[in-house]
Formats: sequence, C-alpha cells, structure tokens
Amino acid sequence: MDLHLTNAKPTFEEKAAIDAVLGEPKSGWDGGARQIERDGRAAFGGEAQHAQRHLLLPILHAIQERVGWISHGALNYASLRLNVAPAETHGVASFYGMFSLSPRPPITAHVCDDLACMTRGARALCAELEKKLGPAGAPCAGGRASWQRSACLGLCERAPAALITAAGKDPRERVLAPATAASISSTVQDAANLNLPVQADTLNTNISVPQAGQAQLRLLRRVGQIDATSVEEYRRTGGYEALRRAIEWGAERVIREVIDSKLVGRGGAAFPTGKKWEAVHLQRHLGRAHYVICNADESEPGTFKDRIVMEGDPFAVLEGMTIAAFAVGAQKGFIYVRGEYPLAAERLSHAIRIARAQKLLGDDILGSGLRFEIEVRRGAGAYICGEETALFNSIEGYRGEPRNKPPFPTQSGLFRQPTVVNNVETLVNIPEIILGGGAAYARIGTGNSSGYRLFCVSGHVVRPGVYETPYGPTLRQVIEMAGGFGGTGRLQAVLLGGAAGSFVSPAELDTPLTFEGTRAIGATLGSGVVMLFDDSIDMKQILLRIAAFFRSETCGQCVPCRVGTLRQEEALQRLVRRETIGSVAEESKTLQEMAQAMRDASICGLGQTASGAILSALNRWSLFS
Amino acid sequence: MILLWGSNARDTHPIFFHHVLKGVRNGAKLHVVDPRRTSSAQWADVWLGLDVGSDISLANAMGREIIAAGLANKKFIQHATSGFDAYRACVEKYTLERAQHETGVPAEVIQRTAHAYAKAKSAQICWTLGITEHHNAVDNVVALINLGLLTGHVGRYGSGINPLRGQNNVQGGGDMGALPDRLTGFQHVENAELRAKFERAWGAKIEPKRGWNLSAMFEAMERGELTTLYVLGENPVDSEADRHRAVKLLGGLKFMVVQDLFYTKTAEMADVILPGSAGWCETEGTVTSSERRVQRVRAAVPLPDGVLDDMEIIFQLARRFGHDWGKPNAEKIWNELRQLSPMHAGMSYQRLEELGGIQWPCYDEAHPGEMYLHSRLWQEPLIGPRAPFHAVEFEPPVDQLTEQYPIRLTTGRHLDSYNTGAQSERFPSPLRRAATIDLSPEDGERYKIGEGEKVRVSSRRGSVIAPVRFDPGLRPGLAFLSVHFHEQVATNDLTIDAVDPKSGTSEFKATAIRIEKYLDN
Repeated sequence: MDLHLTNAKPTFEEKAAIDAVLGEPKSGWDGGARQIERDGRAAFGGEAQHAQRHLLLPILHAIQERVGWISHGALNYASLRLNVAPAETHGVASFYGMFSLSPRPPITAHVCDDLACMTRGARALCAELEKKLGPAGAPCAGGRASWQRSACLGLCERAPAALITAAGKDPRERVLAPATAASISSTVQDAANLNLPVQADTLNTNISVPQAGQAQLRLLRRVGQIDATSVEEYRRTGGYEALRRAIEWGAERVIREVIDSKLVGRGGAAFPTGKKWEAVHLQRHLGRAHYVICNADESEPGTFKDRIVMEGDPFAVLEGMTIAAFAVGAQKGFIYVRGEYPLAAERLSHAIRIARAQKLLGDDILGSGLRFEIEVRRGAGAYICGEETALFNSIEGYRGEPRNKPPFPTQSGLFRQPTVVNNVETLVNIPEIILGGGAAYARIGTGNSSGYRLFCVSGHVVRPGVYETPYGPTLRQVIEMAGGFGGTGRLQAVLLGGAAGSFVSPAELDTPLTFEGTRAIGATLGSGVVMLFDDSIDMKQILLRIAAFFRSETCGQCVPCRVGTLRQEEALQRLVRRETIGSVAEESKTLQEMAQAMRDASICGLGQTASGAILSALNRWSLFS
Repeated sequence: MILLWGSNARDTHPIFFHHVLKGVRNGAKLHVVDPRRTSSAQWADVWLGLDVGSDISLANAMGREIIAAGLANKKFIQHATSGFDAYRACVEKYTLERAQHETGVPAEVIQRTAHAYAKAKSAQICWTLGITEHHNAVDNVVALINLGLLTGHVGRYGSGINPLRGQNNVQGGGDMGALPDRLTGFQHVENAELRAKFERAWGAKIEPKRGWNLSAMFEAMERGELTTLYVLGENPVDSEADRHRAVKLLGGLKFMVVQDLFYTKTAEMADVILPGSAGWCETEGTVTSSERRVQRVRAAVPLPDGVLDDMEIIFQLARRFGHDWGKPNAEKIWNELRQLSPMHAGMSYQRLEELGGIQWPCYDEAHPGEMYLHSRLWQEPLIGPRAPFHAVEFEPPVDQLTEQYPIRLTTGRHLDSYNTGAQSERFPSPLRRAATIDLSPEDGERYKIGEGEKVRVSSRRGSVIAPVRFDPGLRPGLAFLSVHFHEQVATNDLTIDAVDPKSGTSEFKATAIRIEKYLDN
C-alpha cells in the first residue's frame, strides 16, 4: 500500500530486532538500502508482504524486549517491512498493556495489585515499594528501571506476585512470587547491573499443586512428578499413547468418543468440545485450511491452572492439540500464551522443538503420515485476547478486538478459516478420554458435569493452589481440600469464576461446584476460580478493583462496554466515597441499568459479564447503606 | 488479476481504485506498469518501471513470451480473432532481452507478468492517459488489446480491457456523439444509411463527412479556416500541450463563446461567456460511467441567478438561429435519442430508475443490458465480425533525449486536484501542495540541488521555474510535473504537441528537458 510515514527512523537496535523476526529486507522498497539500478525498475510486494501481517505482534514483542519501549521510528520501519499503514501498527502496538509507546527504562517491575494479591498484602507491598523505589512509573535504579501496578499475573497461589522484564540484547523475564519489596528492588537492581542470571523461574509443585503425587490425579498426575522438559519421561508415563490410539481409530471415532464424553470447554463458556470438533471436521471436503488453537491466554483474575499445566506437563498440551488436529483435519496450530507467562511459553516452545525432532510433530507424526505443526504466540497484556475471536485478530496482527458472531469460529476463525479453539485444561482432558473411552469419561462427575475439573483456590485459604477433582464436591469440600479458611479464619465472601464470575456468601458453601449447582444460586464456575476473602477485607475496595479492571481491559470497540465499564466504576467510586448522585438506591439502580445495557448490547463476553461480580455482591450484602 | 497500465488510479481514479482494492483483498493479483513507482504501484504484487513511451515494446514482448510459453488461448484465437499470424510475426522480434533493453524492465520481471496475465483465470488490463497521451496512442491501446485477444481475457466475467474514464460522464459524452466522426450511439456520420435516419428524425441535413478533432481544430485555426469557436466545459488555454501556440491561436479567432461553470483562463479570452449549470446537481438527465452504465441525474438544487440549464442555452441559441424546439425537457430528448440509437433503445427513464441504471447495449425494454461488452466473441457460432489483431511496432517518443535535454519529463495528476483545476482549485484540500518538479533523490545529488530549491526546467519549446521535490518513486533521468497549477508552473509551456494522427491526442507524457539551478534575485 502507499505508506505515508513520518521522518522518524528506527535505531540500529530496533531495526535489528525487527529484522531478526522478518529476515533482511529484500530491496530499497521494504526498508533495505536503495539500489537504484534494481529498485528503479521493479518492485515486489503486495500479497507476499501482506501475508506477513501476522508477524506484527512478534515484531512488537521483539522491539519491546530489545529496547524496552516502541518508538515511532520502530513502528515506521515495521510498517514499511510489512506494508501496513502506520496508523494500524500504532493501533496494534497501543492496544497491549505490556508495550510502551513512550520512552521507558529497559527494566520494568510489574507488581500485581489485583484481587488475590490484595488478600496477601499487595497494597502494603506497593506502599513500601514507593518508599524504596519512588512512585510507580518514575525511573529508579539509576534510571534503568521503573515499576508499575499490574492486573492479575496468574500467580495467585503464591501471592503477592511481581513480574520483572529486562529489555536488552539478552532480555530477561523473572517471576517473583511471593514477592517482597526487598526481593523486587534487589532483583531490579541486579537486572540494572546486568547481573540477573538466566536461571528461569521454576514451578514449585509443593506450593502450587498441594495434591501433587496423589494417586487419583489424572490431569495433574505428571505435574511435579516428571521432568517437564523430557519427552522420554512423558512417554514413560503413558504420553502419546492416546495419539497413537486416536490415529488407529480414525477421526470419526475420535470425535464420537469426545462427544460421548460430554466434555465441555473449561475456559468458561462450557461449549461441548466434540460438537466443535465435528463442525470443523465436516468441512474437510471444502478444501480450506483448518486451524487448531490452544487458548492459553489465561487472564481471568484468580486463574492460574492452565499455567501450572503448561509449566508442569507441556507435552500433554501438545498431545491434546495433535489429537484435535487429527480429528478436524488441521495442519497448523497455534498456542496463544498470555504474555505474563514466560516459563509456560518457554516450556511449550521447548516441548515443540523436542516433539518435532522426535516426529511427534511435523510431516509424518508417529509414522502415520499425519502432518501438524504448532507455533507459540505470546499475548502482550490484553485480557480481551482470551475471547476467541479477539485472539484470532491478535494472531493475525490486528488489534485484539472481538468479531461479531456469527460467523462462528468453526466456520470462519483464524485467517477466516474453520478453526477449533480449546482451552489448555480442555485439551489435557482429551488423552484421558481417548484412553478411557468417551462413555467411561461421561460417567465421571455428576449429571451434565462430566469429567475432571481444576479449581484455582486462592485468597484467605490455608493452602492456596490448583486442585483437581471429578465434578461433584461442594464449595465447602473444595475449600476443605485446601485446608479450610485462612486469614482471620472468618470467611466473608467467595469469588467464583473470577472477575467475570460472581460472589457467594458463606451461607452458600454447600453449593455443589457443578454447572447445575452454581446455576441454581445464580453463579458460574467460569474458569474454576475459588477466591476467599476473610472479614478483614473491605469488599468495597475489592469491587472497585474489579470495576477498574474491566474499565482498563475493555477493548473500546463497542459503546455499551466502553462507556458502561467506565460509568460503572464512576458510580461505584461515588458510592464508596458517599458522593452519590441522588440516593444510594438510585445509584444502585443506575448500576443495574448499565449492567443490563452491557449484557444486552456488548459484542462479546467481556461487556456482558463486566457487572456480574459487582451486582452479585450488591445483591448479597448491603455494602453502602 | 488486474494489470494497471499507465494509470495511477490510486490518485486519479480513487473510487475505481477502491474497487481494485476490494479485489486485491479478495486475492486478486495486481501488477502495475508505470515509469514511476506511484501510490498505485505501491499496492502491486509487481511493479514494472518501464521507460516512458516504451509500452509497445513491453506489450509485444509479453505477447511473444505468452506465445512461446504455450500460454496463448489458441481456441479463442481460432474462434474469434483475425490477423494472428501477422501479429505473431511482428512480436517475434520482441524478445525479452530486446524489451529489457528498450523498456529498462528486467527480462524476468516481464516474463513473470506475462505468465501471470496469461495464466490468470480472469484478468483485466486497465489503462488511462499513460497509454493515450502519446504520439502513438492508438497503437499503444491496440498493443494492449492484442494481449487480451491472445489470452481470451475479453468478453468474460472478470476479464476485459478497460480504459478508465476521468469523469463521471466521459463515456456518456462519446456515446452521445460528441465525437468528430460519430453520431449518437457511435453511428458513423459517413454512413449514408445511418445519416439518413438522423436526417429524417431531425428534419435537417447533416454534413456527410467527419469533422475536426481538437488537434485538427487548432491546425485549422492556424490555416485560418476556423475562425469561430463555441467552447463548452473545456479549458484549452490550460490543457493544450503547447500552451503558447494555443493562446496565440485562440487569441486570433474572430469570435469565441465559452460556456462554463467557472471563469477559466479560456473564458477570460472569450467574446461571450455563457454561465453553465452544474450537471451533477442542477440539471435533469443521465450520465454514463466507465462501465457503460447509464444512470439518471436529478436536479438537487435550483440554478443560481443568471445561470441557465445547458439544455436551455442550446434551445435558446436554436431559437435565435430560427428553429423553435419548444421547451426543453430531458426525458423527451432522451426518448428521441432512444429512437435513433439502438444501443439505448430499451432504456426508458422508468427502467433506469427501477434498475438503478442499465449498461448498454440495451436494445429493447425486455433487455437487461450487458454486464460486459464482447461476450459475443464466445458465442458458438461466432456472432458478428472477428476481432482483429493489429501488429504494431515500438516507436520511441518524438521528443528525443539528447545531451542538451537529458531528462525525460512526464506529467500527471495529484489526488486532490483535477486537470487544469477549473473544478478543483477553488476548494481547499489538506493534501494539496504547491507545484513542484519532482526528481529522484539521485538526480538531486547529481545536480547538487536540495529539496525546495528552485530550478529552471527547459524543453525545446519553453522553460518554467519550479521548486524541487524528491520522489523516491522516480529514478535518475525521470522527472514529473503535475498539470494542475498553471499559475505557478505552466507545465504545458514545456510539453510537445506531437499528436497521434489516429486519435488527435498530444504526447503530454514524454518531454525532453534539462534542469538548471535557478538563482532568485
């Protein structure tokens, strides 16, 4: 296209970072040196260049990791290389929370002040950091670093948490959980002195998976029990047997078994997985490319189960995806990992390399002729990208804004092709179904809630962590699995399903954590969040944090959500400050009406659920009277 | 596949180009042939940066390559064309190497485009003035038509050879008979039978021979044969290739009437000015777009004081010449035209309104019109005459490059301005920039001229002063001037009035110039 660029030029470092993703430019027309004898007579671009658009997000990551922020010059060069209008590259770069479009020191400490961390002293931690390092956003460590507050980092079982990113030629990412002001400032200092060892974060199973090693575990049975980087150990413990059996069975049988298993998606929407696969499978005669996407953009505050599975059993994710690909006729898959999960991304990338070398991915999987490749794509700090159509746009190099449905992903998904999107937890159930049979799997659990479920238990509980159980136990039983109430020992509220879920009161603890059980009390299981708040917590501050989260994470595309999330936060602020417009009842009514508008008219689930938790609290407690 | 040849449609036909982009986004390949890497070329899969005026060499080499690679559509050639053997013999000389030498485009790039065009399921060649503003304009067009015939990319859905029209009703102007040799509906004035039909309807005699085209009219002025001129909506003072000559000849007329919306440079010279109406918003009637679609136009606003509908002006003139045509009525005139022009016969106002326009030909009121023009070539058996190949040879531009005039100047338009600016210069545009002579950055270095510095641009006919702007879309030895700003830079003081004898168009696109630093005192 005809690009109209400003005069801002990329620095050597920015150019190197972009060229490392795209390769060297081919001519003076796409950013290389102008050679007029060649460039004055012909130019090539068009489709060949447009087809690289999906590399925009990796390019932005590369710049951010190299320099610590993304300049106009870098965006100009990215635009030129990809033949994408600068307004669009800017639009994409400014969409993501992890990218900075203004100069920022290379080291950033992202300090979580979200719900679970609030129960574990995040506020005090931030106050201490302010004293130690100065206010959020201000340069510290000799101008080499700054710190900022962050939404949930998905480390709730080890709260309070921080993520430190150090840009440079040899970039570093470091997770600190539990974090202290001292550990954050010393890590920042080490990074500033280029003294941060490569040693990556490791999964401490003793803390994160309190059940580890227990015989009844299925989804978590390998986590912490085998070397997650070893495919041999994975195979020794039954890995890839399910894929072998699936190939023997053929795609139709695999889909039938998955339908029979009654497995539904574990990401929150609970759509029958087998039906999704079948819809894509049935389009094979049309000759279109099919895709399988593993949705690992686990961003729901309080959710961390997928991270633990990816960190502890990455090959299981690959195996589940490969079976899905076989069933639906896809040759290409993507794992979209949330940007705040460095270890998970590293473990998966490593597993893919090994699997490819062992012919468990590639052109001839297990000698069967099956072809499938997987690529890891990292998000960059956008909750909305967990919405599947927003995720497509994000991978394709557009702003991660949800699309209207229909058409549904099974008809028109990634690159407008038929696409299956499954959550990590959903996919690791697949080998269980194949090996045990769909009917047997369906008998696990209760009623229409079949199979195993992972719960992310955090907050004021004795042993926070991810817990696996067949569907059936009540909320009380799950809390008991985690050692019972923590904190003051006096439970005030439980958040079920995350920020998009709902609060329940101590009186509702005997609710079975099944689809039917939660529906009966007007709650939802969502992504399996069980977050406890004791009576020391000011629920008003919790609600404000939730409102701020949605206001910050709305993509801004549709009015009800863009405006509604802001007005909701304002109304809550007024209630908390006792500066209501009219009576408390009138403000509550305003909140109810806005919630209705958001539910009715938002394009996607974000706006539709943005008021759920807040209203559930207002309905249960009189917080403002 | 879309082969855009000698057209910067992105800037000059933005609405059309919007449709091109829809195609591109649906997977159509776009190849652009243009001396400059224009904003259109920047959208292309392949840009071929040929030398100005070497189009025939390029087209013939593509033809030869298509034949040699066995990609010619033999069935179609046999079924619907004539003259193929002579064409083949002619293009045989145009090897890729020769074309590379004559056009400057690398042989493999020519080959790639030839193959892409021939192999495409459907392909269009679209061109504009880069093809037609040359001394051999018709030959250029014919060379492109030959490619369409060679591959069968004509008369089928998605295929065709399309000249892009500059205004909403350029097509309509020709259709209505505003051509020296044609009556309404392209009926030849030298055909006695056709002429008789019009004479019967109009009750008047029609000269049995063709008139002058614009170039011939100026020649007639030069000979003193043409002394009176009635100019409707044209601005020849600013648009003629050799401006000095145009001004001199128009100034020598005994009597000139100018009918225009605006007080143009030409109007300034007129004896009588008739303020005209704005066709698109102040009058009733029809327009015909590039795709031959006749559409209704309705008056949206009343005429300003002192202005008459163009139809009314002509009716009043007729009355003063002694012919009372009554009160003008657009629909009545249209219905008269439908009686005389078979290709418009089925287009009642009612149908035009109901169908949102109809593409000619439309022979009767049951006829839906034709989406594409030459479908007959695919009928079994063939309907009508065969489509002829015409062998044409490459001839370089008339204004040759020499040591004294080493730079090739070509001309064109900007997105925000239209031709002489009669319509567009009255409106501000954030995109508009002052007139400049555009040079490659390399030439700037060679002549030691910085951006914004003024230079004297001289051709064999005249010279102008203009500030320099660097355009990386140009290469050394290639310069560009827009045609819009005659007050600032009178481009047509430089251009040559070498005329294509077949079409009467001038070679605006190829002028030999030199550039010198201009020191402003």
